[in-house]
Amino acid sequence: MELPLELIWNSLPIILEGALRTLEITLIAISLGFILGLFAGLARLSKKRVVRLLATCYIDFLRGTPLLVQIFMVYFGLPQLLGSFQTFMMDTFHIAQIWESTHINPFVAAIISTSLNSGAYIAEIFRAGVQSIERGQMEAARSLGMTHVQAMRFVILPQAFKRIIPPLGNEFIAMLKDTSLLSVIGFEEMARKGQLIIAQTYKPFHIWLTVAFIYLIMTFAISRLVDYMERRLKAGDDRR
Amino acid sequence: MIVVKNLHKYFDKLEVLRGIDCHVSEQEVVVVIGPSGSGKSTFLRCLNLLEEPTSGEIFIEGTSITAKETNINILRQEMGMVFQRFNLFPHKTALENITLAPVQVKRLSRSEANEIGHSLLAKVGLRDKADVYPDQLSGGQLQRVAIARALAMKPKVMLFDEPTSALDPEMVGEVLAVMKNLAREGMTMVVVTHEMGFAREVGDRVLFMDEGKIVEEGTPEQIFGNPRNERTRSFLSKIL
Repeated sequence: MELPLELIWNSLPIILEGALRTLEITLIAISLGFILGLFAGLARLSKKRVVRLLATCYIDFLRGTPLLVQIFMVYFGLPQLLGSFQTFMMDTFHIAQIWESTHINPFVAAIISTSLNSGAYIAEIFRAGVQSIERGQMEAARSLGMTHVQAMRFVILPQAFKRIIPPLGNEFIAMLKDTSLLSVIGFEEMARKGQLIIAQTYKPFHIWLTVAFIYLIMTFAISRLVDYMERRLKAGDDRR
Repeated sequence: MIVVKNLHKYFDKLEVLRGIDCHVSEQEVVVVIGPSGSGKSTFLRCLNLLEEPTSGEIFIEGTSITAKETNINILRQEMGMVFQRFNLFPHKTALENITLAPVQVKRLSRSEANEIGHSLLAKVGLRDKADVYPDQLSGGQLQRVAIARALAMKPKVMLFDEPTSALDPEMVGEVLAVMKNLAREGMTMVVVTHEMGFAREVGDRVLFMDEGKIVEEGTPEQIFGNPRNERTRSFLSKIL
């Protein structure tokens, strides 16, 4: 079989446009997930049982259900919920319409679902990172009169950050691939762009191969970057 | 300065401290000796609430430290602690280890804190190690930085938890020398140690603990020269 290079070449701008969106949504998901994960991870280690329980529920629910289902729940489920809420409010309190439309655009749904999902995974990464720091570090900080929050901020977390870079890198790569699921709600990331091109060209093998190859380039580049950062931080550790 | 009344501590069902009563006067050096598992370290760690007493009372300068209205973070600033495993912050230089708490807790300016830091480093004989990270220091040097770190908060009492037990024999002397100096300057000290030479030379009073109780206490001359209790005698005969 001959590779229709011209077809691939012509599709490339559209696929790369999708690749940029893939990268964009992954960056957003990991960034928001990082913040969510930091708080959820620390909440998991809280002394208060209620806080711990809430964090555990969030983490277990999002890690224990498929991202695809979560995407559906946000994109299709949330508008229905908002609609029912609106009807309820209008009937009960006789107030005017709250929302023009409860439809959520795919980009917003994509941000919500992927951020919540990666937040749960990153929470576990943070928890493990914090727990890996020797207990004596917290004790030394507290013995100097630091509050728990100060000890976390100045002593524990800076050390934990270094250790969680490799698992964070893995999470980034996993999320980058998983964003292809967003194609089902019409969010035009790379996989969706591939589908659209195939619908016009009827060349699924060549297009999917191209798409796969670009995913590979992206994940490979990221894993190299993570390796590099890890090495640099290591070098910082045993500088002499 | 420190008064302990009927202190009990359980770890789950295991009773580690079975009613400790003692007092430490200002400028006094109290050395706690005893076999491992006798509760010496737990006793010391109760004094700054790194372990929470199960029952009993501890007063520091008349303030009950277990009372709910006592701010333990303020109290801990008055009590420096030195650990067996040093517990220096590995991501901070020697100087930063010393200045972190003065800057964050006491809100000293960076330059004030640095001044204190440099003078303390000089005091423990490490003037030229200010910008060195812990992984480039020997055990004895680490412990001396740790002592300087505790002193930076200008504590009224220093607690030492087996400060030389993790050191190579040739480094024990340099740490003990720093401690002797402190004692000579009039620092109130509670020292858990196996260094009987230190206890004899520097201690004003020696407490012998066994099975969670203070079995015998007295001056070093009396404890080492003429121990009254059978268990003290057998312990000393094994280690001297």
